[in-house]
Amino acid sequence: MHDPFKFSGKALIAIAILIAALVALPFIAKAVGLPATTPLATRLLIYAIAAGSLNLVLGFGGMISFGHAAFYGVGGYTVGILFQHVRIGEPLFGFIPGTEQFLIAVPAAILVAGAFALLIGALALRTSGVQFIMITLAFAQMLFFLFVALKRYGGDDGLIIRRRNALFDLNMRDDLTFYFVVLIVTIGFYLLLWRIAASRFGMVLGAIRQNERRVAALGIAVYRYKLAAFTIAGMGAGLAGGLVANYARFVSPDMLHWTKSGELMVMVILGGAGTLLGPLFGAFALVTLETLLSGWTERWQLFLGPILLLIILYFRGGLSGLFKFIGGGGK
Amino acid sequence: MSLLFVEQVLNGLQLGVMLFLLAAGLTLIFGIMGIINLAHGSLYMVGAYAGSIAASATGSFLLAVPAGLAAAAVTGLAIEYLVIRKLYDRDHLDQVLATYGLVLLFNESISLIVGRQPLFVGVPPALSGSIEILPGMTFSVYRLTIIVAGLVIAAGLYALIQRTRLGMLIRAGATNRDMVRALGVDIKLLYTLVFGLGALLAGFAGVMAGPLLSVQVGMGEQILIMTFVVVVVGGVGSIRGALFGAIVVGLVDTLLRAFLPQLVRGLLADPSEADQLSAGLASMGVYVLMAIVLLWRPQGLFPARS
Repeated sequence: MHDPFKFSGKALIAIAILIAALVALPFIAKAVGLPATTPLATRLLIYAIAAGSLNLVLGFGGMISFGHAAFYGVGGYTVGILFQHVRIGEPLFGFIPGTEQFLIAVPAAILVAGAFALLIGALALRTSGVQFIMITLAFAQMLFFLFVALKRYGGDDGLIIRRRNALFDLNMRDDLTFYFVVLIVTIGFYLLLWRIAASRFGMVLGAIRQNERRVAALGIAVYRYKLAAFTIAGMGAGLAGGLVANYARFVSPDMLHWTKSGELMVMVILGGAGTLLGPLFGAFALVTLETLLSGWTERWQLFLGPILLLIILYFRGGLSGLFKFIGGGGK
Repeated sequence: MSLLFVEQVLNGLQLGVMLFLLAAGLTLIFGIMGIINLAHGSLYMVGAYAGSIAASATGSFLLAVPAGLAAAAVTGLAIEYLVIRKLYDRDHLDQVLATYGLVLLFNESISLIVGRQPLFVGVPPALSGSIEILPGMTFSVYRLTIIVAGLVIAAGLYALIQRTRLGMLIRAGATNRDMVRALGVDIKLLYTLVFGLGALLAGFAGVMAGPLLSVQVGMGEQILIMTFVVVVVGGVGSIRGALFGAIVVGLVDTLLRAFLPQLVRGLLADPSEADQLSAGLASMGVYVLMAIVLLWRPQGLFPARS
């Protein structure tokens, strides 16, 4: 049987070239006088993590979660709130000390986002189809309103994080250093995604997408597998949120807004749902498109909307087909 | 206190009726055509803009209503013809993304044409003021009009679907579209009509909302997500569920917003923090309601079919 996640030699070479290009990118950018490319590339990588995590539920599991930005936002706020408590020198809820350590704050973001995903997933997965879409969207909106209401943490103005989290003796203020931190995390995350997708768990997930009833008839507890995937995906989004809070040194309820969930979905679809590297390319494509269009006109959404429509109506799986040989098949 | 409570119940009923107008269209379109339409809120927005522009241009609210209805219906039919028609056989994901693209397009187009400043429309003079509906208690005539109009429309919709030949075809189309097609019914036309009807209802809600809210870009999404809650609570595809869900959600939301601040202010020292927190908690209230209903009945209170 052909294993969709076993890479051919050609694909491995392509991946090596991709990683080499990402390593070389900031130096090339500096050499050609475009230093702003490095922060942009950092943002691209963070979105690639968020989209990759969504792909676990959407592409591999076939669950149309429309509230994924909630976990991204929760992760961001975890970093922001922990930092805030360092600044004011007062423990959270009276007993959790704040932190500015990257190796504590970001894992905390992953865990808190995972806990929210577990809770929301446990409820939302009681349904499927259109109800699932609406419920994930509604719960995300509920968290959005929660953060708008938390005046203590900035309310709808958002929360400014004065310094990036500290990691060993690295100078995290330096965009180049931070880029490499994010790059290493991204590579690690995609390795993990690949391990998950190729594991027995990933196989069951794919089988559930294809025919849930048949999997249930085999005696597999479908609900548990779906919930586990939903939770892991939430943790991935929490990681991306924790990174973006460090990157932008700012979090706001906008991170949880439903349009952000829509954007993440677009990235996954654009790049190719159910392929390993699709979301990475989707994130690159969308953020580049947004950056180009917004540099050209303030009303970039006026163009993004129709582009999206045309892609969905006329170029089904167009981009994903292009990248299929790199992702090694998938769907 | 009790009179204030009655007033807030009426306000909740008014919100519920507005939500019903949107939820009925949304759930009909999903129940019959199998389409999940995120752009439903955009039709509401188009109705609100067309209505308020017509009202300020002519000074007559009587002209604003047909203008809003016509704009929403024409927009709806155009969307159906150009986009939705191509999505019938696609999965929900494609529908969600395509209609998400439509939302972006509509929001930016409106802000391009009308500007980002919200529009404010006065309550029409004939419906302004308030009447005494209980001894010692007055209520806005305009809101009362919305309640009555909404209930009349609900009754009309029920009659249309349960008592007419068109309604019979709609119900049949929801159950088995291939059979209906095999019987020689033009199912494409039927779908177009259903979509137009949904757009018309959303447009009406938009026009009526004009004098109560500020008419602005993004107003469609705010209410769309509440409409989703209504549809989930009531049961997807069910008109009866949409009516019941809308009224429950409208009441819960309004009563929480009205009475939660007093409760929270008793618990927190800082009044401004208490107000913001209670506003946030009140916004979350309907989602908590939805979670409770889901735990109890995952298919909603009135599932369309078992």
